[in-house]
Amino acid sequence: MSLTILVLSTFLASAVEMVEALTIVLAAGLARGWKSAFAGTAAATVVLAVIVVIFGPALKHAPLNSLRLIVGGVLLVFGLQWLRKAILRASGFKALHDEDAIFAREIREAEGAQSEIRAGLDWYGFTLAFKGVLLEGLEVAFIVVTFGSTQGNIGLASLGAAVALVLVVGVGIAVRAPLARVPENTMKFSVGVMLTTFGIFWSAEGAGAHWPGSDAALLGVLAFVLAISYGLVQLLRRWHAEMHPAEAQA
Amino acid sequence: MNAIVAFGKFWWDFVVGDDWRTAVLVVVAIVATAAIAHSSVSAWWLMPPAVAGVLYLSLRRAAGR
Repeated sequence: MSLTILVLSTFLASAVEMVEALTIVLAAGLARGWKSAFAGTAAATVVLAVIVVIFGPALKHAPLNSLRLIVGGVLLVFGLQWLRKAILRASGFKALHDEDAIFAREIREAEGAQSEIRAGLDWYGFTLAFKGVLLEGLEVAFIVVTFGSTQGNIGLASLGAAVALVLVVGVGIAVRAPLARVPENTMKFSVGVMLTTFGIFWSAEGAGAHWPGSDAALLGVLAFVLAISYGLVQLLRRWHAEMHPAEAQA
Repeated sequence: MNAIVAFGKFWWDFVVGDDWRTAVLVVVAIVATAAIAHSSVSAWWLMPPAVAGVLYLSLRRAAGR
């Protein structure tokens, strides 16, 4: 059961980050040329693969309880950041993520930037694609390494990410436009819930607590995190309506 | 030195983000769980409500309440 949730978590987290990376690569390719955009993407992918290959096996040798304590704590802080943003978006306190708007802004900025050729590549296009893929991909690498090492299955965690990569790149090539129809905000919410769930579970286990029902308790924690997230969205929507009555009536 | 500071700042922003209080309270909750667990009392029940409280406080600050 926990392995299914592991693959689903890495798949969702990877898909949502790859949709964002795809938007940036598309903007770099269309505005500055595909050669530089692909070179930047390839360079960033190599750096990310090196990070997973170095840190994944290294963490495998750490004692499991210490690993769960540290990774669980870090994942929990990281996951709460995602969940907080997702709840603020769902309740109207923060603007929803809009790939079309981000794409238009990236295109505008890329078209306005000066041309500089280095190593036969348009340097702006290369660095735009490189930074976009590296920064978005770093979250994927972080989740794959932490989830995979703590569950003792880097391969399975990587599988979720790989399936997401194939799916997003495939659809991206087919439509050649930002994947604005992907329910990105819902996916970000789901990832925040899953990161927080695993963070609670592992950090408590690493601290020496024993969950009733062992791994099956993960489902109980998941249900609890979902319930409080839903309750907090409702509460914040009420606060938002009280603070912005004109928007609530519109 | 600047590179080390920038590297540290990047990871701080990446993991902790803009609400450091959440990170501090999570650490306090984990330490409390460890203390209870080592006193031979069941400790699994502490983290879920602690996280709910931490999230509520963080959202209340973000919403300006």
